[in-house]
Amino acid sequence: MSLEEFKNRNTGQQSYKMLDIKHTPQSGIGKFGQVVERTVKGELFVGLWVTLREMGNALFKDNMHTIKYPLEKLPISPRYRAIHDMLRLLESGHYRCIGCGLCEKICISDCIKMDTKYDENQRKEVTEYTINFGRCIFCGYCAEVCPELAIVHGGRYETASEQRASFSLFEDMLTPIDALKQQKEYDGFGAVSPNADDTIKQTPLAY
Amino acid sequence: MSNEITIKIDGVEYKTQEGEYILNAARANNIFVPAICYLTRCSPTLACRICLVEADGKRVYACNAKAKDGMEVTTSTEEILEERRAIMEVYDVNHPLQCGVCDQSGECELQNYTLELAVDSQSYMIPDTKRESVDWSSILHYDAGLCIVCERCVTVCKDMMGDAAIKTGPRGGEKLGKELKDSMPKDAYAMWNKLQKSVIIPSNGTAETNCSDCGECIAVCPVGALVSRDFVYTTNAWDLKRIPATCAHCSSGCQIYYETKPASIEDNTEKIFRVTNEWNYVSLCGAGRFGYDFENRVNGKDEIAFNNAVDALTKADTIRFNSLISNEEALMLQTLKEKYGKKLVNSDAYAFQKFLKYYGKPSGHLLYGSDFKEIMTTDFVISVGASLRNDNPNARYAFNNIQKMNKGAGLYFHPIADSLIADMGKNVVSFTHKVGLEEAALYLILDLFADKEKLEESTKSYLDSFHFTETITIKEKVMETVTETVVDEATGESKEVSKKVPKMVEKEVEVERNSLVTLLGGNDKFAETFEKMMKKKESFSLIVGEDLYYHPKAENLAHLVALIEKSCNMKVAMIPPKTNSLGVALLCELDEKVEGYTVGYNENGDFRLSALGDGDLDMPAMNQQEGTLTNMHKRVTPTNAALEYEGYELNDLMNALECGELLTIDWTPRLASKRGFQALAFDDLPNGYTNEGQENRGYLLKNLGRRSGKNEPKPFSEKFVIEGEIAYRCNPQRQFNDFSDKAHQIFETFSLSASTAKAKALGEKVEVDFGKSTLLFDVVADERMEGDIVSIPDFKSANDIYTLFGSDRYKTVTIRKV
Ligand code: SF4
Ligand code: SF4
Ligand code: SF4
Ligand code: SF4
Ligand code: SF4
Ligand code: FES
Repeated sequence: MSLEEFKNRNTGQQSYKMLDIKHTPQSGIGKFGQVVERTVKGELFVGLWVTLREMGNALFKDNMHTIKYPLEKLPISPRYRAIHDMLRLLESGHYRCIGCGLCEKICISDCIKMDTKYDENQRKEVTEYTINFGRCIFCGYCAEVCPELAIVHGGRYETASEQRASFSLFEDMLTPIDALKQQKEYDGFGAVSPNADDTIKQTPLAY
Repeated sequence: MSNEITIKIDGVEYKTQEGEYILNAARANNIFVPAICYLTRCSPTLACRICLVEADGKRVYACNAKAKDGMEVTTSTEEILEERRAIMEVYDVNHPLQCGVCDQSGECELQNYTLELAVDSQSYMIPDTKRESVDWSSILHYDAGLCIVCERCVTVCKDMMGDAAIKTGPRGGEKLGKELKDSMPKDAYAMWNKLQKSVIIPSNGTAETNCSDCGECIAVCPVGALVSRDFVYTTNAWDLKRIPATCAHCSSGCQIYYETKPASIEDNTEKIFRVTNEWNYVSLCGAGRFGYDFENRVNGKDEIAFNNAVDALTKADTIRFNSLISNEEALMLQTLKEKYGKKLVNSDAYAFQKFLKYYGKPSGHLLYGSDFKEIMTTDFVISVGASLRNDNPNARYAFNNIQKMNKGAGLYFHPIADSLIADMGKNVVSFTHKVGLEEAALYLILDLFADKEKLEESTKSYLDSFHFTETITIKEKVMETVTETVVDEATGESKEVSKKVPKMVEKEVEVERNSLVTLLGGNDKFAETFEKMMKKKESFSLIVGEDLYYHPKAENLAHLVALIEKSCNMKVAMIPPKTNSLGVALLCELDEKVEGYTVGYNENGDFRLSALGDGDLDMPAMNQQEGTLTNMHKRVTPTNAALEYEGYELNDLMNALECGELLTIDWTPRLASKRGFQALAFDDLPNGYTNEGQENRGYLLKNLGRRSGKNEPKPFSEKFVIEGEIAYRCNPQRQFNDFSDKAHQIFETFSLSASTAKAKALGEKVEVDFGKSTLLFDVVADERMEGDIVSIPDFKSANDIYTLFGSDRYKTVTIRKV
């Protein structure tokens, strides 16, 4: 439809087609007749046919179009921003977070808090770290700012629980040490871009 | 001012003072010149060389070149920029990339200047040296890896604190290559050459600084190399909220910021993490910097206790308090006196108030004429009656700064010799006199400095009576001509040769002596030393300490001080004994003795109001309340509440007694009802410094005049000299009151201090018998004390040391080993 046609509101001149619909019966008999006619006609199964066919496929041919949630879950895009993960260094297993506090600072809803201290190895130790998921808007700034790729958005989007606190502490987000092997490098928000090697410049040294 | 000059900076004319450093002139006029190593009020060290500018076509360092009239200064040229950029590149060589965890957290001058000078590449390199981080004391943490050896810490410790506890030491780094010398900008090379050789180490040769633990070195460090052990890695600077305040521990009333944030994830209550200051203009001591967590935490208002307190106050005959209260609170108490006739007893301010009164009569004004800021500009300073190291840190800094910065000289009169003071400069002479001879000390000062014309005949002849001449034999070197006959070996001829040889001869000379010098334990050669000390001295100052207020002859001493001020052209300032003693002395009419039913405010009493958390009704501590304090610089400064307080305040009690105001700070303009104060609202009081370093905090008290009388001080008598076992009421450094004691980083205990030898003789624990009562003390050796007098602290009000000492500061006691 061209724009002119579209704007033409003079319906009389347009080529409408009238449907051939019977008049709604007015008399009692007429109405009864319509009910009987519709009941025995089996029209319902015309519509249900697709459903029944797909049910058959799913039940007997193992060919299903939906996901058996929660038994099955769809893979989500790495750019999806769900509950955060705290990653570990693959070599040593030590958590990556250095406690710089940049995520805490940048957080737009001011929902990250952390406690740090000077430890026996003269390092900054993160003694506790928490995100208040009641306030987090999953903007991803924290993951983006993190200089260590320590905090990332994971794929854990099911955030219903009795208490939000049950997944907001450091240890809840940290890769379990025995699952270190399965820890995946994160390629979503804030990750190094796939072509990083091409674009990186060497530290400009004159010597 | 007469010595105002005009200089041109980057083509624009500015006014400044003759002899001002170019850097300071520029700063005062809001012109930016990069500078890393320079500290206002300290000597330039030329460690960084980045302040390079061009003055009249020559390259000079802005921090140590003085402005001359008509000088033309260019702050940057292409060449200078290149030099500065090279300097910053050098600073960045091997500086660890740990900004992410560094405690400077972005407030870093190394980062700032690197960006400012747009350093985007590195031209220099050298192998790194392993540099360990170490703890220098129970407070100080030094990370040599981060240190850029700007020496600011060393400078401030020497020129301001007087401890000189740290210095540069060997780094053990590789030597710079020869070729660098020719290839790189020369200032950058010179700076690197020094940097590559040094780190900072304690100057006493051990691993520990053993210093005053003031933490000023931490404050001035431009990077995160020096941090307090308590603060390391606990928070980022940007998370802290800065609350401008006035330190509540001593009468110096330093400008501070309390820096707070919620304590932790678990505990969301606001907590003070550190105290910072405008270190270019004010220097703190350890109590101010580390003794900040003395707040009184209460859960809400305790109505029953409040009603009891109202009853107690209604019933009370006496209110006993100390000077750890604000001016507003002092005025409230005075109102209670005026309205209900309560007696006001304050042990620290009472003697001071009396002394000021004694002083006021002959001097003709209410307050001492000068202040410590002005004293710092003089070049000859005398201290009488103050244990400078312990009584007041800023009086001591002034004494030291004069030696270091003004090529000054100093006289220190005190019964306890102090090696720290003696070491402040080569022109410092200590008189370690007997207790009770303070009058003699003042007479000696009068004799040495007075314009005799201005003295009464009687005083003049009295002073003359101490003079006598003595004939002494001195050995003198004279050149003597001797004639010898020598035989020339070659010719066999004999010749007369005369030559000059030095010879020591004894000679009798008449010298003028002063028996006061001998009496005060001075050296025979004092007259000669004094002559040397006086060379090129123009301005003189006198610091008067607490010993004179707590003295049987306080009145005569005050008259002498007034006379010295008038006749010696000397700037005089007094040290108020405790935080707000001056404010209390001006605002309250104090009574001598406690009588009847007593309400104690932070002091003992039948009913106790206390900000220490142990009283019958809780009160807010000084870091939880707004108000003003009067400091020894005669300035009324505002302080703000860093932490919340949910309980009752004194003003609430006042309201219950029908003489309150809506808020405590509504009392601030009412201070004007007392002499010297102004009717300014609390919220109108500024609290900061200008770029020029002008103090813009609160307001200065007016030093009102009063009718003056004739001033003929009485001769001194040796009647009050005390000997034997003597105790001195004096706190250890960093410890001033119950509140500093409550703070977790102030470790000094309530113990008896003695010189190392005396402490050894006394053993670990002693019982001190004051006649009326005895107290048990641990003995602590204070390496800087000398002699046999021991110090008893008064900072715990519960022990009521003031009452034990009565109206004196020295007391003969019996000390028994236990
Ligand atoms: S995702 Fe955004 S809102 Fe959530 S914690 Fe990170 S920065 Fe804060
Ligand atoms: S930004 Fe990264 S490294 Fe820094 S505190 Fe947050 S998680 Fe840790
Ligand atoms: S510790 Fe700090 S102030 Fe001291 S020299 Fe090093 S960088 Fe400078
Ligand atoms: S704490 Fe004070 S006295 Fe000790 S080294 Fe630092 S500046 Fe010097
Ligand atoms: S105790 Fe005195 S000298 Fe120390 S910081 Fe406080 S006011 Fe300043
Ligand atoms: S500031 Fe002038 S040399 Fe460092």
